[in-house]
Amino acid sequence: MQYMALIYSTPGSEAGYEGDLLADYGQFTQEAVAAGVFKAGEALMPVSDASSVRVRGGSTAVTDGPFAETKEVLGGYYLLNCADLDEAIKWAAKIPTAKYGTIEVRPLMVLDR
Amino acid sequence: MQAALAQAYRAESGRVLAALIAQFRDFDLAEEALQDAVIEAARTWPEAGTPANAGAWLLAVARRRALDRLRKAARAKDEAVQQNLALLAGERPDDEAAADIPDERLRLIFTCCHPALSQEAQVALTLRTLCGLPAREIARAFLVPHATMNQRLTRAKAKIRHAGIPYKVPEGPDIPARLNAVLSVIYLIFNAGYAPRNPALSTEALRLCAVLHHLQPLPETAGLWALMELHMARDPARLDASNTLISLKDQDRTLWDRHAIARAKTRLLHALAQSRPGPYQIQAAISALHCEAESWAATDWPQILALYDALYASAPSPVVALNRAVAKAHAGAPEAALKALKALEPELTGYQPFHAAKAELLARCGLPAQAEYARAISLTTTPEEQAFLRQKQQNSP
Repeated sequence: MQYMALIYSTPGSEAGYEGDLLADYGQFTQEAVAAGVFKAGEALMPVSDASSVRVRGGSTAVTDGPFAETKEVLGGYYLLNCADLDEAIKWAAKIPTAKYGTIEVRPLMVLDR
Repeated sequence: MQAALAQAYRAESGRVLAALIAQFRDFDLAEEALQDAVIEAARTWPEAGTPANAGAWLLAVARRRALDRLRKAARAKDEAVQQNLALLAGERPDDEAAADIPDERLRLIFTCCHPALSQEAQVALTLRTLCGLPAREIARAFLVPHATMNQRLTRAKAKIRHAGIPYKVPEGPDIPARLNAVLSVIYLIFNAGYAPRNPALSTEALRLCAVLHHLQPLPETAGLWALMELHMARDPARLDASNTLISLKDQDRTLWDRHAIARAKTRLLHALAQSRPGPYQIQAAISALHCEAESWAATDWPQILALYDALYASAPSPVVALNRAVAKAHAGAPEAALKALKALEPELTGYQPFHAAKAELLARCGLPAQAEYARAISLTTTPEEQAFLRQKQQNSP
């Protein structure tokens, strides 16, 4: 099954991370690739660089943000190929941000019918 | 349902359902197939007689019905599916006389109590699949509408399917946390039956714990089993003639079931001897000390205090800290206990047992306790307990 591991954290909270975050991400990715679990993964620029797009009544409205500085925001993702949820949870727990943020694990919707 | 069938269903449905789910990996199909088998049993058993191994009969018939249902659904589909079905059918002997039912309940209980499901869903699914309770009855026990319970069960089963929650017994470092989730569900079911008195639920919890221990004998499982047995042993002394709760202190200890207490103690000692203590074993040990005491005054409070220290170390919570402070007071240190209680005030303010305990301790230390009693009384819901606290209030500084 394919699982999306969505990486959430409060902006700035990575400052409390013990160790080299970037190096640990590199190591995690390598490990996931070597295990054949890694399908894809990217990091996102901060929310301050985000734009929100909504189409209402046929017209497109674009706003700055979303700004929710005290809330956890999406910072990146991994797409993982795992046998079952337990394996996906095991990998999600290894993502460095799991130590100070939240990894949301969601199965991909299968559209085969 | 006739008596023989009802009895067979009660005794075997969990095992049969677990075997069906293990084979077909589909909760709904398993439930429907078992339902089909029960209907067939109701039709044929009165004439043909109850089969010697009713569980194996139900499983064999349910398996055939499940395959029929799958064939029906797959008829329009390609041949590969039909071939898979043929394989599935040949996987296990179809003969009801053959051997025992494979016991897949351990895997099923870990699936039903998977932490990716909400605890209320875990409880509902466990009662539905492992205990064979109808959704209607589970809804009644947990005071929710039948439709809500149906929806809860449907959602949980859908999540198991969609999220790929595995059907397996956890291994390695996952075991303690996963076992704890299962034990929490069992204890929740027990307490749901114990507090407002729905003995059927408490009995189910004891049965589940016994099955779990039979399949995977771990010390904490034995600890929970002993703890629930000790609660049950004291049950006959718990209510007075007007169905009012009697506190442990005032219970008629001659009404306690001594045989049950002895049995639970043997179980507990065997678990403790394995030197892998945990919160349930410690709680059972505390309960056992209460059960051994001839009276409230003769209780071994220093030992209970030591156990609460150990419990707090392994499962720290404000409520455990409150109980520890109360034990400290009974062990002869009311001033130290009062100090410990005051430190808990920010976390437990508004919690009735906290204010009742604090009032009593203040009075014991000769300090003004009127306001604290008033607070406890205002948080008390039953008139009997209010009267009980008022009486204490009148006799205190």
